[in-house]
Amino acid sequence: MTDHPLSKAALPGLAARYRAESRFKNYGKIAVIFSLAFLSFLIVGIGFKGVGAFVKTEVRLEVSQELIAEYGDDSFTLLRKTVLYNFPDAKGRSGRKAAYNMVAAGAEETLAEKLSMMEGSPSKFDLWLPTSDDVDIARKDGLTEEVLNRFPEVQRAWLISLDKQERFRTRFNVGFLTNGDSRDAERAGIGGALMGSIFTLLVCLVFSFTIGILAAIYLEEFAPKNKFTTFLEININNLATVPSIIFGLLGLAVFLNVFGMPRSSSLAGGMVLALMTLPTIIISSRVSLQAVPPSIKEAALGIGASHVQAVFHHALPLALPGMLTGTILGMSRALGETAPLMMIGMVAFIADAPTSFTDPASALPVQVFLWSDSPERAFAEKTAGAILVLLVFLVLMNLTAIILRKRLEKKW
Amino acid sequence: MVNLMTVQQVVSKPMAFDGTPKIIARDVCVSYGDRQVLHNINLDIPQRRVTALIGPSGCGKTTFLRCINRMNDLISICKVTGTIMMDSADVYHADVDVEVLRRRIGMVFQKPNPFPKSIYENVAYGIKLHGLSIDKADLDARVEKSLRRAGLWDEVSDRLDSPGTGLSGGQQQRLCIARAIAIEPDVILMDEPCSALDPIATARIEELIHELKEKFTIIIVTHSMQQAARVSDYTAFFHLGDLVEQGETEILFTNPKDERTESYITGRIG
Ligand SMILES: Nc1ncnc2c1ncn2[C@@H]1O[C@H](COP(=O)(O)OP(=O)(O)OP(=O)(O)O)[C@@H](O)[C@H]1O
Ligand SMILES: [Mg+2]
Repeated sequence: MTDHPLSKAALPGLAARYRAESRFKNYGKIAVIFSLAFLSFLIVGIGFKGVGAFVKTEVRLEVSQELIAEYGDDSFTLLRKTVLYNFPDAKGRSGRKAAYNMVAAGAEETLAEKLSMMEGSPSKFDLWLPTSDDVDIARKDGLTEEVLNRFPEVQRAWLISLDKQERFRTRFNVGFLTNGDSRDAERAGIGGALMGSIFTLLVCLVFSFTIGILAAIYLEEFAPKNKFTTFLEININNLATVPSIIFGLLGLAVFLNVFGMPRSSSLAGGMVLALMTLPTIIISSRVSLQAVPPSIKEAALGIGASHVQAVFHHALPLALPGMLTGTILGMSRALGETAPLMMIGMVAFIADAPTSFTDPASALPVQVFLWSDSPERAFAEKTAGAILVLLVFLVLMNLTAIILRKRLEKKW
Repeated sequence: MVNLMTVQQVVSKPMAFDGTPKIIARDVCVSYGDRQVLHNINLDIPQRRVTALIGPSGCGKTTFLRCINRMNDLISICKVTGTIMMDSADVYHADVDVEVLRRRIGMVFQKPNPFPKSIYENVAYGIKLHGLSIDKADLDARVEKSLRRAGLWDEVSDRLDSPGTGLSGGQQQRLCIARAIAIEPDVILMDEPCSALDPIATARIEELIHELKEKFTIIIVTHSMQQAARVSDYTAFFHLGDLVEQGETEILFTNPKDERTESYITGRIG
């Protein structure tokens, strides 16, 4: 090695410092790789599991006019007769039961709908009906030996022959996004929970945004700085760290028991979440108000604007992007909350989607919690699917926050 | 009786000039918390003249300036005693509305602080705030007039909609001056308006001050002796919170009475 006068050998200790620095950089890289790996493991895992929830298996059955003529007004019986007609080898009580179990509970609705829309009366026609969750899962798993062994003898034979005759198909599962909860996995959807979450978040947004921003503006710009406001400030900061379940208990005690709001309603749920997000919004709004250079406000005051005008004309427009970002981040935290909602009864089994703020409602994360508790394999898939929907919503909200901030900031 | 005598002595004109003073400060003391930073300032500001406040850093020039338009009200720990009168009306009287006061006493800050809005909006804001224009055309005319007076019109007339914060430092300072004169105050307070500017921009602003004094009473804080000598008619020298000497600029610079003044203007302290 030639010793250049300006090489690092010229300064003792420099080489060691460089080594320490590069070691530090490598630790950082390892930490990033570790967290990335963990995150992708999680998302890919849930993605693989949950994708199936968005599609369903349908089976093609033949419907005959004779049966329609006989049982046309009673679609439930008609469905059963049609199933037996398609599986003529179903004998005895258990055989018939096995046959009925091939199609989904509620498939008669599809049948009835088809009948009502049909013109003319062909002697026979084919109809695609949703399969039961067991068949659905088996087909999604691939009809291997091991999978087929889960079924009784008769069904095994039917599955193989139906598959051979290509009487199975895969379709997008609209019901998963629109249906309410159900005890039957094939009918259960996140529609109700989704509506519940939207209603709850709306309530939460209205309350926490208006109250939070007004409180922040008042505390930051107008409140006298004395012991009382300092005390308030400390307490708001502390509130932000209170576990959410405590807010749930508070909501239970105050909103339900004192004010008598309807149990399990998105109104009560939204207000509990608003309590929870309020400190976050107040803090982030105050921080963004503080970030407005005081010289701007002084300039306004210097030409005779009142304090209120200086704040509303100059400080607020500059602070708004930060306030909105804080609000959306608070909202996305609220979207993911389960515990406080459970405290006010939103964990109940609710089959119908809420249509107003006072209807009993569920919420996405609560739905995830409920389904993850169910033993059926189909519900595991549903759980992952619901998590995917939840994640999509969270990403969308955070994206909105980023875009909003960029948009509003770019102006000046 | 003794008290009355002293008051009378103090009230007798501290600064010699013809005509009635625009602003009179008597026994002005200012403290931040427990620390007194201005002691018994007695100063008369002549009407439609330029008065320069000079003195070493930290001597209280900005503090005094901000007492005049009561910007110090914003600082909760700042306590002002004594009297400041404008046109023989007490500025610190309980009936005074600071918005009205600041409408008549404009201020240009040490650091240019245009609003993060368009150039047009920067100037128009004060006019709209005080309802000075009758219609849009009048507003436009007033904005143009102010920008012309501030010597900025030719540079920005084709981009009035672009942000004021996108201008150069010197242009921003002139924009702030345009904003201050747009509401046609009686008095303009300038706190080191040229401290961030190059000699050319400084020269333009000094020129501007010359033109503005036809209509406005100007008080300017400056660290540059040459600038004080060039632009001002009267000068007041502050030192460690005391008003040491005041008088016509020419006399004060050529024949200072106090040795502190002399050392400062000859560059020995500061
Ligand atoms: N907001 C404040 N709080 C407490 N003390 C202050 C405040 N503003 C100024 N002071 C003090 O008051 C004294 C006078 O300050 P001032 O800003 O008036 O000086 P100045 O003459 O304008 O100085 P410069 O030429 O450096 O601008 C200084 O000692 C300063 O530390
Ligand atoms: Mg100063």
